[in-house]
Order: sequence, then C-alpha cells, then structure tokens
Amino acid sequence: MRDVAIIGAGQTKFARTEWPLVDLLVEGTRTALADVRIDETLIQSVLVANMGAGMLNHQSGVASAVVDALGIFPAHAELVENGPASGASAVKLGFLGIAAGYYDIVLVVGGEKMRAVTGWESTDFVATLTHPVAEYIYGITLPSMAGLFARLYMDKYGITPEHLAMVAIKNHDNAMLNPVAHIQQPITMEGILHRPEAVVNNPIVADPLRLFDCCPVSDGAAGLVLCAADRAKEFCEKPVLVAGIGQATDTQVLHEREDPTDLKAVRLASEQAFRMAGVRPSDVDVAELHDAFTILEIAESEHAGFFEKGTGHRAIERGETRIGGKLPINPSGGLKARGHPVGATGIAQLVELVFQLRGDAGDRQVKDARVGYACNFGGFGNNVLATILKKG
Amino acid sequence: MNELEATLRPKETVQPPYPAKRIVLASGESMIVRQATREEVPGLLEALEPLLWVERDYYDIVGARTFAELLGWKRYRVRDEYCLVGILDGMLVGLVNGRSLSRNIGISLHTLALRRGLRIGAHLFAAKMEYHIEYLNQKEVYIVAESPIGFRRWMIEYSLEERPHVHHELGGVISYALTRPLYFDSKDRLVVGERPVSDEMLASTFDFEIPEPDMLITQVSGRPE
Repeated sequence: MRDVAIIGAGQTKFARTEWPLVDLLVEGTRTALADVRIDETLIQSVLVANMGAGMLNHQSGVASAVVDALGIFPAHAELVENGPASGASAVKLGFLGIAAGYYDIVLVVGGEKMRAVTGWESTDFVATLTHPVAEYIYGITLPSMAGLFARLYMDKYGITPEHLAMVAIKNHDNAMLNPVAHIQQPITMEGILHRPEAVVNNPIVADPLRLFDCCPVSDGAAGLVLCAADRAKEFCEKPVLVAGIGQATDTQVLHEREDPTDLKAVRLASEQAFRMAGVRPSDVDVAELHDAFTILEIAESEHAGFFEKGTGHRAIERGETRIGGKLPINPSGGLKARGHPVGATGIAQLVELVFQLRGDAGDRQVKDARVGYACNFGGFGNNVLATILKKG
Repeated sequence: MNELEATLRPKETVQPPYPAKRIVLASGESMIVRQATREEVPGLLEALEPLLWVERDYYDIVGARTFAELLGWKRYRVRDEYCLVGILDGMLVGLVNGRSLSRNIGISLHTLALRRGLRIGAHLFAAKMEYHIEYLNQKEVYIVAESPIGFRRWMIEYSLEERPHVHHELGGVISYALTRPLYFDSKDRLVVGERPVSDEMLASTFDFEIPEPDMLITQVSGRPE
C-alpha cells in the first residue's frame, strides 16, 4: 500500500445558511483548494460525504453536481453515505483508492444542509438511522437514545450533570477560538446548571441530557485534498500523513448489545487504527471526538483508550482535556459547538487535526502536536471510524 | 389636547407597573427585564428598523408589526399597551409587548429577541405572561404565533388552550389562551428571575444602546449572505 497524505484542508463556517447544498459543497471544496497549490484538473476523483440530500434537500446525484459546478471533468464522482460517519467513510475510500495506486489525487468533501427543514424534521431525519421496526416506530430519536445511554453510563460510573456541563463549557470555550465554529457563545456552570434560571436557560431535552448537552443543527461543508505521499511535496510544504484508519460495526438495535454502555465499535475501530499507525493512545497529542452529546465525549475518550473505562469524567475534572492539558479533546469546539452538519463532521474533524499538526490552528493551537486522533461515530455507535493522522 | 385629538385618542386605564427583575443567562451574564416608557419608543423603533427586511424566522413581519404597535403606543392610538425590554450590559437584547383588552383579558402582541442563543425570547415571553397574570391579575391572555418558533415555544411549551371563537387582533387564525391555571402549572419551569433589582443596576439600563444594524442582522439571521 502506498502512503497517503493530506495536502489541503478547509471548511466553511458552520452556521445556518441560505446557500443551496451543492453551492455549500463547492464552497467547502474551495476552502480546501485554497489551502494547497494545485491545478484543479489534477483531481482524479471526488468523493462527496452526505447523509440527507434526498430527504432534506430533495436532491440526488450530488457528487456529479459538485464536479459539474467545479468544472473538473472527467473526474470520477461518488456519493458516500454512512450516516453521521459519512465523512470519515469518504476519507477512508479516498485513502484506499490512492493507497491501491488507482488514484494519485482525490478530493473528499462533506456537507449537509440541515436547516432547510424545521428542527422537528431534522431530528426525525437523523432518527431514520435507527432500526425502523425495533426503534423508530416507537418514536425514538437520537437525543432520546443518547438520554437512555447517558442515564445508564452516569449511574454506572458516577458521572454527574456537572461533568457533562464541563464538557459543554470546555467545547464552547474552544469554539470561541475557532472563527468557523457554529456556536460563538461562552457558557457558565452557574448559568446552565446551578442558578434557578438554569431551568429555562438549559431545559431538559431527553433526561438527563439538557439543551447544552446536545449539538446544534448546522449547515456546513468541509473538504480535504488527499494525495499519494510521495507526490505531496509537489503541492504543499507541510503534508500530514494518514497513518491509520479503523472501522467497526455493531448491532443497529441498541438493546441487542450485551452491554449498552459498551461502545464496542469505538474500541475495535480505535484498536485497528492504532495498530495500523504503529502508535498507542498515549502517543496522541490531540483528539477530535464525536460529541453529538456531551456524554459521548466522555464515553468515546475511554473506549478509544485514552482513559480507563469509567474515568473519563475524572480527566475532565482535572482539566486534562482542555487546550494546554495532557490530552486536549475537541479544540475545534467539537460537534457541540463547532457544529454538526452530519455529512461534513467526519471531514471537519480531520481538517482540525491537519491544522493542529501543521501548527496552523491559531489561538487554539495544541503545543507540539504530532499525532492526532479522530472518532467519527455513525448511527448510535453501530458504524464507527477512527482515523489517526501524523505530522509529515 | 383639542376635541378631535381627544376623540382619536383612546382612554387609558391606570395599570400597575411591572417590577424589574434580573435574570442570569446561560452565559452567566445578567439581563434586566423592565418596563419601557413611551419616551423610549424612538430608540426601540430605531432598533427594529433593520429587521423589517429580514425574512428568516419571520423577523420581517414581527419586526414591522411591533414597529407599528410601538408607534401606535407612542402616538396614543392603541389602548392600554405596554412594552417590556431586556437589557444586557447596557444593550437592548430583546423586547415584548402586549395590551389589555379588558380588565380580565390580556392580549399578547409580539416577542423579539435581538440576540440569539441565550433563550432571551423565552425569558421575555415568560415575563410578559407574568405581567398579565400576576400583576394585571387577568384571567387569561390571548395569544397567536406568526412563526413556527413562536408556535412551538408558546402554544406547546405552555400547553395553551384553543379559543376557536376568538379572533385575535393580529390576524385571522384562531386564538390560543394562557389561563391562570395553565400559567401557574408552568411557572416553576418557565418563569424565573430575581427581585428586587438594585437602583444602581436599574439605572444602568436607562439610555441603553441599540445593536448596530449589521450586527443585529447577523445575530438574528446568521451571517449576512
């Protein structure tokens, strides 16, 4: 297998936008292309990560439309749909195409226009990834599933609402340093939990999860330019290596798992990625985790191997996951505050790692970052990708 | 006042004032909610003007109607109207208005958050309901929504009752009503704030600033397109 590098990275501001989906994806592409010296016609393949074009935007053939808008014929074009893990899946497929020697340069862009519909409709759209007969028809949504998971996890390991709030506060603080983050609003423990006003400021969404435990619904796009590592220096000074990719699946139905608090797919995907990269969790300098809900940042940090199971919340208490801590997690703001346009998320996580590993992350730069890890959590942990990047 | 003006000007009922309160927001910042005066209306109109062209989330229609209602209040053409404002660090961040239809019936007019993401609209709407039920001592408040956000926030969060035979003065749809029992059922989870507000804190809310138009449009509608 050939080594693969990332030579260009960028994302749009995650927000609510009026742009049509394809325009959004093209803008995400432009941000990545602006990051690299490359003639666009050298792009051999375009992989578009997207979950909801058909349902939310009444559009199909999105990848072909992106190539058309970019005018980079006859590049190959495919849509990659793997729920909220579509982004990392697309990167994996791009990686494989280059590693196999079939391509030299692949553009991977992910995007979602979720605010085209109401909040109720977007919640329902995401809920369609649950089992149609065993779960969906009973009205379960991702927030309610996460609420059930959070209750079990909190009871089992002594996690309090304060621990969840610490995750939210940290990620909102980090997003204040990220100009393309969706939520630019610091929050305080007092305002979201301890004051009597918290009942209105931060209402229960799915007990025990409150408003500020949940990611926003975002529009946005992010792009990466992948290249055979031996050609990377033709196009940029600081390529970043894709060192390891792991993936694992688990039961679609949450209650069919032996232990619903065991995120087995996160563990297996991470182990595979670490093996492939030849590094250990303790070698990771910066991580982007899939904190669609605050409890997931804690649980994933344990299942990825950064902390013993049941101790992730203690690391947060000690400030270890803040920028400047032992292992900064979600310096971008994470899904919680950078935002979560589902198709873009897995790519945006890697965009952040690329900036961190190149030393280009500005005020949120993690010092001396050389190894980065990302967890892109599809379904409710039933299709997970772990990606490890290394400074080139 | 000449005779014609006296004919055009509705008689006003003396209403009890709304006592100011302090609400700590998710950010930890304190918002003061207090009753606005007629003299402050020009500043409020200036703040609303940029919203008249913001279609997103119906800010245009809510902004335009609130503009007209406040103008009507300033020029003495609406009976028994009031306005509550939210002030944060000396900046206007939201306003609500309403009026009394009769001694027992309140009319909810509009709710406008000028800064988003901190549930300012929810706090201000709750303050408005608090005024009608607890200070004006009315039996119920008639409410309609012009935006899906408003409908979700008010009709569903407060479990409002339908009033199929009441046509709200804002439009042709049927009205909903907040009754006293509904209000007190919801009060613990929806109505918050501390009183009294110190004189010093209250004084800091006079001569408030209004958001810069560009900043306001960005705040309410996301980034300018």
